[in-house]
Amino acid sequence: MTVILNQSFTGISIGAVLLLIALGLTLTFGQMGVINMAHGEFIMAGAYTTYVLQKDISGAGISLLVALPLAFLVAGGLGALLEWLLIRRLYTRPLDTLLVTWGVSLMLQQLARDIFGAPNVQTHAPDLLTGNISVGGITFANNRLFILGLALLCVLGLTLILRLTPLGRRIRAVVQNRDLAEVSGIATGRVDRMTFFIGSGLAGVAGVALTLVGPIGPTMGTNYIVDAFLVVVVGGIAQLKGSVITAFALGVLQSVLEYSTTVSVAKVIVLVAIVAFLQWRPQGLYTLRTRSLA
Amino acid sequence: MSGIGISRRGLLAGASAFGTTAALSACGAKTGSATSSSGAKADTSGDTVKVGLLNSLSGTMAISEVTVHNALLLAVKEINAAGGVLGKKLKPISQDGASDWPTFAEKAEALITDDKVVATFGCWTSASRKAVKPVFERYKSLLFYPVQYEGLEQSPYIFYIGATTNQQIVPALDYLKKQGLTRLYLVGSDYVFPRTANKIIKAYAEANGMTVVGEDYAPLGSTEFSTIVNKVKDAGADAVFNTLNGDSNVAFFKEYKSAGLSAKSLPVLSVSIAEEEVKSIGTQYLEGQLTAWNYYQTTPGAANTEFVKAYQAAYGADKPTSDPMEAAYISVYLWKEMVEKAGSFDVAKVKKASAGIELDAPEGKVTVDGTTQHVHKTARIGKIGADGLITEVWNSGKPIKPDPYLKDYDWASGLS
Repeated sequence: MTVILNQSFTGISIGAVLLLIALGLTLTFGQMGVINMAHGEFIMAGAYTTYVLQKDISGAGISLLVALPLAFLVAGGLGALLEWLLIRRLYTRPLDTLLVTWGVSLMLQQLARDIFGAPNVQTHAPDLLTGNISVGGITFANNRLFILGLALLCVLGLTLILRLTPLGRRIRAVVQNRDLAEVSGIATGRVDRMTFFIGSGLAGVAGVALTLVGPIGPTMGTNYIVDAFLVVVVGGIAQLKGSVITAFALGVLQSVLEYSTTVSVAKVIVLVAIVAFLQWRPQGLYTLRTRSLA
Repeated sequence: MSGIGISRRGLLAGASAFGTTAALSACGAKTGSATSSSGAKADTSGDTVKVGLLNSLSGTMAISEVTVHNALLLAVKEINAAGGVLGKKLKPISQDGASDWPTFAEKAEALITDDKVVATFGCWTSASRKAVKPVFERYKSLLFYPVQYEGLEQSPYIFYIGATTNQQIVPALDYLKKQGLTRLYLVGSDYVFPRTANKIIKAYAEANGMTVVGEDYAPLGSTEFSTIVNKVKDAGADAVFNTLNGDSNVAFFKEYKSAGLSAKSLPVLSVSIAEEEVKSIGTQYLEGQLTAWNYYQTTPGAANTEFVKAYQAAYGADKPTSDPMEAAYISVYLWKEMVEKAGSFDVAKVKKASAGIELDAPEGKVTVDGTTQHVHKTARIGKIGADGLITEVWNSGKPIKPDPYLKDYDWASGLS
């Protein structure tokens, strides 16, 4: 029983990491149709922000708290810049966005290598986050609980922005029918840039969270980018709800399979399951009905 | 830092362009005379001779291999300062294997046929060694390989200066058994070295009353270890034998700590974490854990004090020395001894002279075994300290005879 409960928590915590890295993609890929291969490098930018801050601020706890909003701004800023420089010219050509952002991703990796060096670096987690809480034989790792909380907070924040703010209304309008939104007086260009800013910023937040589990390196984003796309595609593009459910479902599936088989076998089974699922429901778990003619 | 990086890249760009032309011309030479090794004749005519240094100076392995390259350059510099070999100064030719195995083979060929080096030093991963092996054998040229490896190999043109399994893994198992830690959990990266090492460990365990209670592999570069750590925790193991490579160690040890495991509750013995890696993983995650090597920066002895001093004087006072670096460093000296005993740079004569060559190395006395072209080395188990250095807790007392095919162990008879 404790094994099952322990593994369930592990699955949920893997899901939380997946959700956090996929959340930004739900916006930029799901809502805007941009296949942004540089999303992983925005995660890396967030992680390196944490690293730089920690070198300058001695307290690990304080630097982590400062890193969260700052990483959001740094990664979001990079995202907005990328949108302004390149992506806005390619909105009708999704495959070209893939190639262009892939190139950008390689350049950002090399840039990171030049600035921070090829070897991976580390941050120190605050003492509070290195231990665990044990309840009735189940171990809750503190860093995992923190990431879970962070992921849920980001989902909540994003939902509130999309539902309640004028910006959110404009984003939804542009997604549903770009032309109609434009003739209604919405500056679609600016909305696009803000959407990209928020989506990329969330990748930065994910980067901060990942410093608590693993190493920080120029290629760390590539480890996660495929998983992030899988979550968004399986969840149904443009659906926050779909991403949340998929992330946790994949996390639990992965951890259950890993426990009963091996890591590599579990990965294969998960991928096969995803392919089978997409055969059955190519549109993903949820779909958005739009009035767009395209 | 970045300034140096740029200039080095400039050099590398030049070097690789040069390497490509060299490889192309070598191809031409090959078709011209299929079996002749005339293109490979080392050039010993001038008052300098060229030696090849073949390491990954870029790519994922650069972290580790650059330190080995530094140690090789240091040895060459010292030998030159002391008058060279047979009165000739050594001219190091560095080639970048770029963490890419076909590139290693290409660069090895360029060193032999184009630069006409008298010997080559380098390689790290078993994959890169396997890639260059046929090249050195075809041209009958010598490679000195500095890293511990999975054994079960012997090439007449490679000298293995790092440990083979009976000088690292088997003593590590002996140590664990002596401590009463007999229920092992094996965690490794999913590629040739960990899989081969674990095959050996399982055979040993079966013959020595130990139990392997679990075995898990993570893809190279994997950073998700929560399930593996849960499995380790539930399996009732006494110790973990860790053959993870590179970055995965960071994620593994972070997870290990947050799951409430420690060196006290469940010790981990690692065979791929040296001083350089300890620093980048973070000592707070590793304190008290065990490693198995033949050399540590803290290994006592005058030869080591001198080596550490010279290395830090050349590359920075905060730079640690490690086992593969030490093996690389002594490999140049061992070659020098062989050449001087042979009185010639000729490969056949050097090989013949190699048997019994001795050196007071930083790791202690080492002796070259002429038949296997491996080295007698002392095995050492170390404990990682809070300062990132590793302190020895046990050693084999005397150098262990290399046994790459584990012929002296009955339990290993089924392995190949």
